[in-house]
Amino acid sequence: MNEFVRATLETVYMVFTSSFVAVVVGLPLGVLLILMRPEGLRPKPHLYRVLDVVINVLRSIPFMILMIVVFPLSRLLVGRATGTTATIVPLAIVAIPFVARIMEQGFLEVDYGVLEAGLACGATIGQLVRTVLVPEALPALVNGITITIINIIGNSAMAGAIGGGGLGDLAIRYGLYRRNPVNLLVSVAITIALVQLVQFFGRLIENRLRHDGTSTAL
Amino acid sequence: MSREGQANPGGNTTFNARPGIRSDSETGVFNWWTRERIEDENNGHTIEAAESYLLLVKVKAICSSRAVHSYVDVRQIQVKARKMCVIRVEHLNKSFLLDKTVIHAVNDVSFSVDEGEVFGLIGLSGAGKSTLVRCLNLLERPDSGEVWFDGLNLVEQDGSILREKRSRMGIIFQHFNLFMRKTVWENVAYPLRIAGKRTKELTPRVEELLDYIGLKAHARSYPAELSGGQQQRVGIARALAMSPRLLLSDEATSALDPVNTELVLSLLRKVVDDLGIAVVLITHQMEVAKALCDRIAVMENGRIIEENTVEELFLRPRHAVTRHMTRGFDEDMSLEHLTELISAPVYRLGFRTQSVTRPLISGISRRFNVDANILAGNINALVGGDVGYLVVSFEGDETAVRSALSSLHEDGVEILKLEPTNGHNDGAGIHIKEVVR
Repeated sequence: MNEFVRATLETVYMVFTSSFVAVVVGLPLGVLLILMRPEGLRPKPHLYRVLDVVINVLRSIPFMILMIVVFPLSRLLVGRATGTTATIVPLAIVAIPFVARIMEQGFLEVDYGVLEAGLACGATIGQLVRTVLVPEALPALVNGITITIINIIGNSAMAGAIGGGGLGDLAIRYGLYRRNPVNLLVSVAITIALVQLVQFFGRLIENRLRHDGTSTAL
Repeated sequence: MSREGQANPGGNTTFNARPGIRSDSETGVFNWWTRERIEDENNGHTIEAAESYLLLVKVKAICSSRAVHSYVDVRQIQVKARKMCVIRVEHLNKSFLLDKTVIHAVNDVSFSVDEGEVFGLIGLSGAGKSTLVRCLNLLERPDSGEVWFDGLNLVEQDGSILREKRSRMGIIFQHFNLFMRKTVWENVAYPLRIAGKRTKELTPRVEELLDYIGLKAHARSYPAELSGGQQQRVGIARALAMSPRLLLSDEATSALDPVNTELVLSLLRKVVDDLGIAVVLITHQMEVAKALCDRIAVMENGRIIEENTVEELFLRPRHAVTRHMTRGFDEDMSLEHLTELISAPVYRLGFRTQSVTRPLISGISRRFNVDANILAGNINALVGGDVGYLVVSFEGDETAVRSALSSLHEDGVEILKLEPTNGHNDGAGIHIKEVVR
């Protein structure tokens, strides 16, 4: 198989698996955050402060450092510390607090009056989250997920530097170390194309979900 | 859509067969509502409510000559003249901490509303009206006091009982608060879905409501595609979905233009007339209050400072805020009344600053030999100077009256002829026609 095709597939596999894990864990965290905010529906100001700080701390750790720190965890979870599958672990861990925060921001866009209307209809908090909060915030959530995937694409390229595989690996080993500018440029071009593709489809879905007459240019 | 013969989910009422009831959209909503009440009754909840509601049905049915007697008779319900109290509020208090100062948003408020009654809460912005209405369905938990609804003090309730009672109070909002990512259809269906009804069960009800508000054609549209007035109608349909006994209206027309305000108000009026539910209507617009309310309470600084029937409130406003809010209407009322009573043409003479202090009327009375009958008058101190008006009818020779008027006109008096509107009792007041010369 062509080196580029293999590397691209590796990147896509890493990015989408870790994005999936990050959203599955980060979305409920985002819901917890929005509910626990001091002005939220289930205010827990102290717990919120703690979570807030934890998220900020996790978000400020550089990816390279975190990747090395979680080597033991990767080894535990997938059997080895380097390689494509192993890289999913740090990619997802870095993205989780990011997703939680960006989902929280997305939920903030939902007008409190609309939530009030749901409550007035007799909804429980759980029903409200499922039937009002998430659907109403969905375009913002899709936008957040788009940004997350693009971030992870960037991080995955970095992961290539320490044996993560994928396009980053290709660019560094075959492009940089072997001084082959064509390899380097093609890897970078494919990465850019991936980002553009994700951005395009993200916006497309976001606009489709809006139904409020506004839309972002594609 | 036919409702006769439909299976009743409760299965234990005798009301499925109701020969003779027309099944147009109006009675459709009507019937559904009644059936809900009867189901409640069978659960032993609101026997009294059902009884007095059936009385209402019967009266309305007789009025509109619909053959509803039979099923009322079948029930052999003892007719009660007394109306049911739907909500009773006792000594309600709610305060906030804002910038380290305590804001007493609701201060010892008590009132009650009967079914079929529209209770208006008016007051200027910041008077505590919106907080009060949120305390009624416990979206805000009051600090102290009681809210009696459906036989329970809601303040003492929480969890599923509170949610169930809350769903029995419809609420409409100033900014509609529709679910923007759901279609009109899904918006109206929402409370029913929350109540656990399946699509098949709730479809007839949703269709009925959409028909009732006249937006069946927009069922698949999203709220953003509708005008403000249409959105509020969807809001009303959503609020009515659970057949509430009480409708809370929080500045429902404040974000609408006059035409849409009119449309929404007439729909609300129709809802009250058709369903006989109680309404707590919050507004700062006197126009709205006078168009709908039976009784009005005036709020200031979290307190109800005055409460009365609409007529009494306008005739004898006791507090400054009330007088301020009723002034325009007060004038309209008396003028309309007067122009109907007096056969001679009635004029409104507007005096500018320079003519306010001059004895113009007695002057023309002497010069042209006409009798001026002064009906009303006022002087308003404005920023640009004092302006005043007199409402006058002139008796005398027609040409003399005309020359008297043109003399007044030369003295800088603005002359308007007032004519009563015929046949309209919508509170719109009098028709004012400019004098052509």
